Amino acid sequence: MTTLGKSANEGIKDASQYLRGTILEGLANTATGSLSKDDQQLTKFHGIYQQDDRDIRKERRAKKLEPAYSFMIRVRVPGGVSSPQQWLDMDRIAQEHANGAIKLTTRQAFQFHGVIKSNLKKSIAEINEALFDTLAACGDVNRNVMCNPNPMQSKVHGEVLQLATEISDHLSPRTGAYHEIWIDDGTGEKVKVTYDPPRIDDIADPEEPIYGKHYLPRKFKTVIAVPPSNDVDIYAHCLGYIAILEGDDNIVGYNVTVGGGMGMTHGNEDTFPRLADVMGFCTPEQAVTVGEAVVRVQRDFGNRDVRTNARLKYTVERMGLDAFRDEVEKLCGFKLGKPRDFTFEDNGDRYGWIEDHLGNHHYTMFVENGRVRDTDDYPMMTGLREIAKVHEGDFRLTANQNLIISNISPEKKKEIEKLLTEYKMIDSHERSALRLNSMACVALPTCGLALAESQRYLPDLVSELDEVLDDAGLRHDAITIRMTGCPNGCARPYIAEIGFVGRAPGKYNLYLGGGFAGQRLSKLYAPSVKSTDVKTVLTPIIQDYAKNREDGERFGDFTIRAGYVKATEHGHDFHKDLVEPGLAL
Amino acid sequence: MSFPNLTPLQPDQQQLAQQLGAAVNPDQATWLSGFFAGIGFAGNGGDINPAAGLAASVEKQSMTILYGSESGNAEKLAGDMKKAAEKANFKARIVNMADAKPVDLKKADNLLVIVSTWGEGDPPDSATSYYEAFMSDAMPQLPNLKYSVCALGDTSYEHFCKIGKDFDERLSKLGGERVYDRADCDVDYEETFKSWLSGALGAFPQAEAVAAVAATSTAPAALVYDKKNPYEAEILEKIVLNGTGSDKETLHVEISLEGSGLTYEPGDSLGVYPENRAADIDAILAATGLTANAKLGDTTLAEALKRDFDITTLSPAIAMKYNEIVGNKDLQEVLDEKDRVTFKEWIHGRQLIDLLETYPHKDWSAESFTGILRKLSPRLYSIASSLKKHENEVHLTVAAVRYDTHGRDRIGVCSCYLADDVAVGEKVRVFFHSNKNFRLPENNETPIIMVGPGTGIAPFRAFVEERSADSATGKNWLFFGDQHFSYDFLYQLEWLDYLEDGSLTELTTAFSRDQKEKIYVQHRLLERGAEIWQWLEEGACFYVCGDASKMAKDVHQALIDITVAHGGKSADEAKAYVDALRKEKRYQRDVY
Repeated sequence: MTTLGKSANEGIKDASQYLRGTILEGLANTATGSLSKDDQQLTKFHGIYQQDDRDIRKERRAKKLEPAYSFMIRVRVPGGVSSPQQWLDMDRIAQEHANGAIKLTTRQAFQFHGVIKSNLKKSIAEINEALFDTLAACGDVNRNVMCNPNPMQSKVHGEVLQLATEISDHLSPRTGAYHEIWIDDGTGEKVKVTYDPPRIDDIADPEEPIYGKHYLPRKFKTVIAVPPSNDVDIYAHCLGYIAILEGDDNIVGYNVTVGGGMGMTHGNEDTFPRLADVMGFCTPEQAVTVGEAVVRVQRDFGNRDVRTNARLKYTVERMGLDAFRDEVEKLCGFKLGKPRDFTFEDNGDRYGWIEDHLGNHHYTMFVENGRVRDTDDYPMMTGLREIAKVHEGDFRLTANQNLIISNISPEKKKEIEKLLTEYKMIDSHERSALRLNSMACVALPTCGLALAESQRYLPDLVSELDEVLDDAGLRHDAITIRMTGCPNGCARPYIAEIGFVGRAPGKYNLYLGGGFAGQRLSKLYAPSVKSTDVKTVLTPIIQDYAKNREDGERFGDFTIRAGYVKATEHGHDFHKDLVEPGLAL
Repeated sequence: MSFPNLTPLQPDQQQLAQQLGAAVNPDQATWLSGFFAGIGFAGNGGDINPAAGLAASVEKQSMTILYGSESGNAEKLAGDMKKAAEKANFKARIVNMADAKPVDLKKADNLLVIVSTWGEGDPPDSATSYYEAFMSDAMPQLPNLKYSVCALGDTSYEHFCKIGKDFDERLSKLGGERVYDRADCDVDYEETFKSWLSGALGAFPQAEAVAAVAATSTAPAALVYDKKNPYEAEILEKIVLNGTGSDKETLHVEISLEGSGLTYEPGDSLGVYPENRAADIDAILAATGLTANAKLGDTTLAEALKRDFDITTLSPAIAMKYNEIVGNKDLQEVLDEKDRVTFKEWIHGRQLIDLLETYPHKDWSAESFTGILRKLSPRLYSIASSLKKHENEVHLTVAAVRYDTHGRDRIGVCSCYLADDVAVGEKVRVFFHSNKNFRLPENNETPIIMVGPGTGIAPFRAFVEERSADSATGKNWLFFGDQHFSYDFLYQLEWLDYLEDGSLTELTTAFSRDQKEKIYVQHRLLERGAEIWQWLEEGACFYVCGDASKMAKDVHQALIDITVAHGGKSADEAKAYVDALRKEKRYQRDVY
């Protein structure tokens, strides 16, 4: 850590004085809705992305207006649990400062879009007043920690949620920049974090004891799964904990996974999605320490010269799992145990009502692409607001961008059910199984990385494919279908059974063969398929599946057995063994 | 032709005059005699000044011409008055209320006043101090003064010509002798003004005959474009500056001056002659039962309604003229009511068409109907460009006015004419209107502060362009405001470029509807009060352009508050300080 990494972001971090940069000056400049280039990198650590409405760039130039800059704010919600009051607060912030909608992300966070610069500070202050924050929601640090929302087993959920919160707090940046800029205007005292457990040791950096002044080489994502559900997509994350249960509700420890990640770069075979490896087993008491150790090994061994190879997955790939584990154990001062057995069945959500063993009720509703908003014929946002006003349990954001209205007492159930009916949410999940297992990122018009449409297009594509599935009699057969507007993989398309990754406007790489439980990467089936050709390309495969599948055989497994694609056994084989599609595309 | 011996001409001049005399016909000779006797010749800088020779033998009476001007009309007419008075053999002197004290009227013998009325019966901005002092008890008696007043105004406002009336009555109370009755001019003031000037000059005890001739004589038509003779200019470009999602519709219009020889200065305005909207003409025709093709002079009624007459404005004056012909009892009743409370309430948000439909009358001729109408007057727009940046072009920033009242969609006649009716490549009738009360400081190093929310931004685009083209070193600080940052930041990219290259030192914005509480430019001024005070102390000029009814007043108050807060002055001292700024032309306004 003595020499500065060559990637441009390392220099920005180095000069930033622990993420301060010139953000305050930028906010004070009322002539532009933009922040400086370097500050735009730094605000990510504060949970803020500068974006602009790409649909209207040209129009605005002609009108002598700069691009329609606004900011996306990501709210960190460890484990995705929100109180009804917090829900109401988020709803109000969306109406008053953002574009009137809330996005539930693929990582159990709230997201606001369209917040203009002059409203940024107010929004973030109000988010903090609601007892959430946005610190480290993005940036080269440990981001929102996810866990299985698991309404069936409330004791287990309580424990994993507790662990998610502890890890989130423990790995939060300690810099005073966040509060200086957003909360107290740089004039007040640095606010103390509430949870600050002892660390392994201190590096000589009082301002950032875990990260140091250069933070991590790249983003870092942590999740906790409770088998048999892999809803959090454990294999797609840097650091994962798989809860190992004895009996129904006794967590004896966790299998620790490292080195998963989705993002890659088109045309660069040194970049690839990779599934996490199971590194070992730890007890619940050791979990936070192991997490810190993994972060610190990545801090010191991660690639700071080439940003596209900076994620932990490449560090593990380069060092090898054994060497990586050795470094972790060295820092921990203890050895990890042998991984225990576990089984994942799927990575989807269970929709509708369920009752837990205490007699409380939980309602999981389908939120298409996580977009909470009112439309003319579906006033979902209003309905959820009305429910939040009377609900006494909590709301849980799922990793599939859906929502659980959780812990409804038997006495309250009728009232909630009436509201669900009144606002047309009661049948939210009466859709095709394909739609219920669909997921898309934001992409155009606001995401600066997008090469093609995603959340504005996937719903229409699913409608097209539903016709084919209906004809084939597969309406109720779950197939995971995911789309992203660029190869960075926010909607985790490389572990879907059908994955689309944008290459250019109206053109997508089509991937097949992902595992239904998120346990296997997919493989490129056809590059740059025009959106108008997608149905034609997929129809014969779907018909083949309907006719020739074996009993209980998943679509992803079938496409491999039938030879449409080869199985991807490991991330570094992702780009290899392509089967010529033999189609004129 | 031969000259008598007492001719003042030198021999060679005599020879020239003889040659000229031989070359002209009798008509030309008559014209020349008037020309030499008069005055057109006075300023040519040569040695010959026949008028001076003529006048030398007579002790001239003085004539003070006092004006208060907002848009520049009164100022221009004061210039005409001076020329006419000199022709009538007065020693004439122009006094601007902005630079004078009313007690000096004690020294005057003969006085002509021309002053306009604004908004809710307010004096011109620059004449406020003068007016207040003049109306105050401290004003001395003026027993030896002879005077006449010309009031400028607009009959569509309630306090029509109020300030002129105030001057007239007050002068009389102070002991002055009104030698000629006051004229109250509407927006089409030319004829009323001319007849008043001729009459008034003749009423003073001096050179009656000459005055009458001088005031009515017409100068030879010049080859220049002006209000009477507008230039037909081609529209080069029209852009709606507001982004999609805005509630506003602000046009940027680029107009060609190619080949016209016309020029202007930053701060000037462009007059635009609108044409009435086809739908409004149709509605008027339907309501009156008149036909489009009806003859009116050498044109058709429809054509005249389109180009010549104001067919929207409704005022008590119009309604009275209307009812002189129509004789509607109900209408007469409300017009006769004391203070016309009922009628005033009724005309709020209504236009001529509502009068025609509510009190219908079908027995019209084209002449009788148009007889009640005012002329369609041009609209003045503050110019948004500098010739130094845009050769042969003039740019405007125009807010398209559209609203709905009493179940009818209404428009601003001229703004929507530009927005809807004239396309790029088509022509509009324009003329320039000089505004000497809104000028960049002569010294390029003088800092300037510009406050221009909404379309008030226009002259400041011209200012900054001019200063940028001149490589002026003075600091420039612009305050802009509108509804939404994302949609309504007029000319944003240009400002960002000027900030980048240093032509603009500071740009401070206030967007009223981006947050719950309304934020306006005056709030930003107060926030930055300490720095503004410092700039003023460095000699900065302070400019305001835009809405007169609220913004300009709030900004004025903010300026006083800043002077109190950061200049350590009392409220009265601060007022005096701001007044002094105005007198020194360091505080200039172009408000409407």
